[in-house]
Amino acid sequence: MSFLHQDVPLTWYLLVSAVLFSLGVVGFLIKRNIITVFMSIELMLNAVNLSFVTFAYQWHEVKGQIFVFFVMMVAAAEAAVGLAIIIAVFRVRATLAVDRINLMKL
Amino acid sequence: MILSLHIWLIPLLPLAGFLLNGILGARLPRWLVSTIGLLAPFLSFVLVLNAYALTSYSAVALPYVETFPHPWIAIGGLRADFSFFLDPLSLVMLLVVTGVGFLIHIYSVGYMAHEEGYARYFSFLNLFLFFMTVLVLAGNVLLLFVGWEGVGLASYLLIGFYFKRASAAAAGKKAFIVNRIGDFGFLIGIFLILANFGTLNFTQIAQVLTLKAAWHGGVLTAICLCLLVGAAGKSAQLPLYVWLPDAMEGPTPVSALIHAATMVTAGVYMIARTHFLFDRAPIALATVAIVGAATAIFAATIALAQTDIKRVLAYSTISQLGYMFLACGVAAYSAAIFHLVTHAFFKALLFLAAGSVIHAMGGEQDMRKMGGLRKKIPVTFWTMTIAVFTIAGFPPLAAFFSKDAILYAAFVSGTGGVFLWLVGLLTAMLTSLYMFRLWYMTFFGELRTADAHPHESPRSMCVPLVILALLSICGGWIGIESFSAFLAPSVGLHPAVSSTPHLELILTIVAVLVALEGLLIADKYYRRKTERPAQLAAAMPAGYKLLANKYYVDEIYDAVLVKPLFATSRYVLGWIVDTAILGGIAWLLAGIANLSGAILQRWQSGNLRSYAAWLTAAAAVVLLFVFHASIGTYLGARGIDVQLNLHWMGH
Repeated sequence: MSFLHQDVPLTWYLLVSAVLFSLGVVGFLIKRNIITVFMSIELMLNAVNLSFVTFAYQWHEVKGQIFVFFVMMVAAAEAAVGLAIIIAVFRVRATLAVDRINLMKL
Repeated sequence: MILSLHIWLIPLLPLAGFLLNGILGARLPRWLVSTIGLLAPFLSFVLVLNAYALTSYSAVALPYVETFPHPWIAIGGLRADFSFFLDPLSLVMLLVVTGVGFLIHIYSVGYMAHEEGYARYFSFLNLFLFFMTVLVLAGNVLLLFVGWEGVGLASYLLIGFYFKRASAAAAGKKAFIVNRIGDFGFLIGIFLILANFGTLNFTQIAQVLTLKAAWHGGVLTAICLCLLVGAAGKSAQLPLYVWLPDAMEGPTPVSALIHAATMVTAGVYMIARTHFLFDRAPIALATVAIVGAATAIFAATIALAQTDIKRVLAYSTISQLGYMFLACGVAAYSAAIFHLVTHAFFKALLFLAAGSVIHAMGGEQDMRKMGGLRKKIPVTFWTMTIAVFTIAGFPPLAAFFSKDAILYAAFVSGTGGVFLWLVGLLTAMLTSLYMFRLWYMTFFGELRTADAHPHESPRSMCVPLVILALLSICGGWIGIESFSAFLAPSVGLHPAVSSTPHLELILTIVAVLVALEGLLIADKYYRRKTERPAQLAAAMPAGYKLLANKYYVDEIYDAVLVKPLFATSRYVLGWIVDTAILGGIAWLLAGIANLSGAILQRWQSGNLRSYAAWLTAAAAVVLLFVFHASIGTYLGARGIDVQLNLHWMGH
């Protein structure tokens, strides 16, 4: 694990992860464009990935890294399905604003 | 080689007739329906005769049992089989049921010729025969109960045969419900037998009792009293007799077969079948005798004031069944069965002759409008005459022997026996009186209506009348001694007459004199001085009204039982329990669901971002909940290091 520089403490990696995650949450909550919302979700996933890797390094456990692959795989699948849904929704509604896509309302 | 009697076919043939006529009958021509309907009981009767012949020549030993190889019910200690049990008792019953049953089937062809629902009628009649033969042949109490309920069903269906008439439908329901009360007692009795004997098989119950020779009274009394309730329901004894007079709403052949000759005697048969229990329960036995004697005289007095020809016969049936119960109650089971057999002959004859009279009168049943029918319908008149003299107890006709045997058994039965005999004797006098009243009112004097044009019935109705008349004459000639000897393996011996021949002779003469007295009174009041009954009724209005209205028993039951039950159902159970309590709870639950729905609905705004916000907030709460301990540590340490407590992950 030499590519993680010894001079950079692990805490910093975790802080970066937390910042990225928070950005993802905020983007997820406040953005109107559905594609931006989607990207925010990806951002959160990658923030989690970073903390997984960090802890895997700290505890000398390979499980954390394996989990990262799982998350990437799920993210890829999600991207494929999600983008397909977005295209379908756009064709029908001619908009990408999440506020306008409220067909499920009672 | 062991001969098989194929007694399982005896019930199954009528069942096949029921299914054929019931399913296809409406599409078949009438002659085919009659053929199927007659063939089934005829073949059963032939099988019974075959069984009788083979057993009487000792080719087959009695008791003879046929059991279906697979058990019917086998749960824990309970085991019940489809087993058919043939012994002298069931043989006698089978001869009566299939023999008289077949004759009445023949009669029905003529009687029902112009009626709607011809196939339905014959399929129900065959269904009745199926259940009745199951009842008689049953080798255990449970199978007997199946037959018992089945004949009740057939009875219900046939009483309500003219279901378009409201009174017929009501009479059917009444019969069914009153029988249900009796069956409740019977069921409790069955459960008690199962709990105390561990078996329902008649032979095994008798064996258990033989092993425990000292076992008397106690739970046996309870069992027998429960069985008595069942028997009283089916055999129309006090206080459950009320359904039988109303059952006359059914077609007359049905009244003859089900409500006179066979089904109503099932209670007597059941007591005889379980006599080993009753023999060990003297209190229950005494109760049977008292119920029988009370019913006999009670019904006979009501019959005195009835004007509907079938109702007179219905009360007469109740009264005669009372005789049979009286005989059972003094442990003279063979006398009871003897009377059952002769009664089947003469009462079936009476009903069929009455049916012929009604047929001749064009449906009129009121005796006040009849009269002078003697010359117009001679076959009916002469057969009816034989039947009337038989039931009154004149020698050498059948009922003379059987009634005599019962009265003798009652007289010699010890404490209270003389009293029972006196009641029986008085009943005999009343029987003679009301039967000759019917005879004079129907056949003598002048016709009292202008509407009817009496004509003799067709041959299919007259032939059964003649055969039954012959049986009513000869049916008793076998004598109680040889009859009792034949039945002895089933029910034990009749009290020996030969030990006190003089007493027997005196009692016989007294009984005949009493019957003669009844005839003389009827002759005076209903032939020579026909104005006297009306004067008598006017002189004692209260007494006459009491009898004419059947002691107001129906009204009393209605006020004491039916009305309160209806009121309880409608107001307490219907309004309070159902509408108020159960309905209220349902409304409350629905209201809560509605209200919470109205509140929670606001979350389902359809706005994706609000869902996302809730999701995030919930995730934050979960995180806080899981890590609040670590956060506390972190704040307490006041350090900069991020120390996450990850012990719970394990490593």
